Amino acid sequence: MPSAPHPDSAVRLAWREGLGVALATSAYGVSFGALAVASGLDVWQACVLSLLMFTGGSQFAFVGVIGAGGLAAAPAAIASAALLGVRNVAYGLRMSPVIGPGPLKRAAAAHFTIDESTAVALAQTVPRARTVGFWVTGIGIYLGWNLTTLAGALLGDVLGDPRAYGLDAAAAAAFLALLWPRLRRRQAIAVGVAAAVVATALTPLLMPGMPVLVAAFVAIVVGWTNWLGSGREARS
Amino acid sequence: MTLWNAVMLAAIICVGLKGVGYLIPQRWFDAPAPARITDLLTVALLAALVAVQTLAAGQSIVVDARVPALLVAAGLLVIRAPFLVVVVVAAVVAALLRLWGWAA
Repeated sequence: MPSAPHPDSAVRLAWREGLGVALATSAYGVSFGALAVASGLDVWQACVLSLLMFTGGSQFAFVGVIGAGGLAAAPAAIASAALLGVRNVAYGLRMSPVIGPGPLKRAAAAHFTIDESTAVALAQTVPRARTVGFWVTGIGIYLGWNLTTLAGALLGDVLGDPRAYGLDAAAAAAFLALLWPRLRRRQAIAVGVAAAVVATALTPLLMPGMPVLVAAFVAIVVGWTNWLGSGREARS
Repeated sequence: MTLWNAVMLAAIICVGLKGVGYLIPQRWFDAPAPARITDLLTVALLAALVAVQTLAAGQSIVVDARVPALLVAAGLLVIRAPFLVVVVVAAVVAALLRLWGWAA
C-alpha cells in the first residue's frame, strides 16, 4: 500500500462494505426459513434459531439433520450444530482485542461474532474501521437475517410438499455454497472429499445424523497430524 | 426430548461457544493444531452434509433429482454466482426435473 488510508475514508469504506455483505447475507435467510419449515420445524422454532443461535452453518446443519432423521436424530442435530459452531471460538479470539473492554459490549459482540462480521472487520486496516466493520456487518445481518428467516418460514409453511419445490436440493446446494470458499488448500479439499465419502458409506449403517458426526473425525485426525499440510503454517 | 428442547439446547451451546472465544486467553489457540482442526472440522462437517443431503433418503442411498441440481450448483459456484442464486437455481432444477418426470 502506497500510503495509509485516511481514517475517515477508511471508516466510510467499512460502513459500505459491512452494509453490502449484510444485504447479500440476509437475502439467503429466506432459504433457511423455508428449509427449516420443510424439515419439520414450526415458524417460531425457525425464528428462535435465527434469533438465538444466529450462526448460519449451524442453523442449516441443525435443520438438515432433523429433516433427515426427525426427532430421533435430535442429539446428532445438536452435536452437528455445536461442532460447526466451534469455529466461532476462533473468531472470538481474533475479535476480542478489536472489541476492547466492557463486559456488556463484549457479550453483545460475542452474539454478533459470525463468519461475515469477523471477515469484514479483519479486512480493514485502520483500528476504528475494524470495529465499525464488525458492528455494522454483525448488527446488519442480525436484523436482515431474522426478518428474512420469518419471511422464508411463512413461505415454506404455505408451499406444502418440499420435494416438489426442490427444497431438498436447495439444502444440499446451501451446504455446498457454505463449503466452497473454504476449499482453497489441498488439505481442505482432501478432508472435504474424504468426509463426504465416509458420510455416504456410513449412511446405510448408522441412524441419520451420525454419519456426519463420524465424518468429522476425518478433520480431527488430519488436523492433528497435519497430513497433506504445507510446511509453513498458513492461518486464514 | 421435544423439538423445542433440541432447538433451545443447540442454540444455547452455539451462543456459549461464541462467548468462549472472548473469555479464554489468546495463547490457548496459538498452537497450530487447534487452529487447523477448527478449520478442517468446518470443512469436514459441511462436506459430509453436502453428501448426505444429496444422496441419502433415510438410511438408503438414492440418486435422484438432487444430484443434477447439485452439479448445476457447483457449476454456478465455479463462475462465482452469489449464494442465493446457487440455492434457488438448484431448487428450480430439481423441481423441474420432477415436474417433467425426468427424475425422482
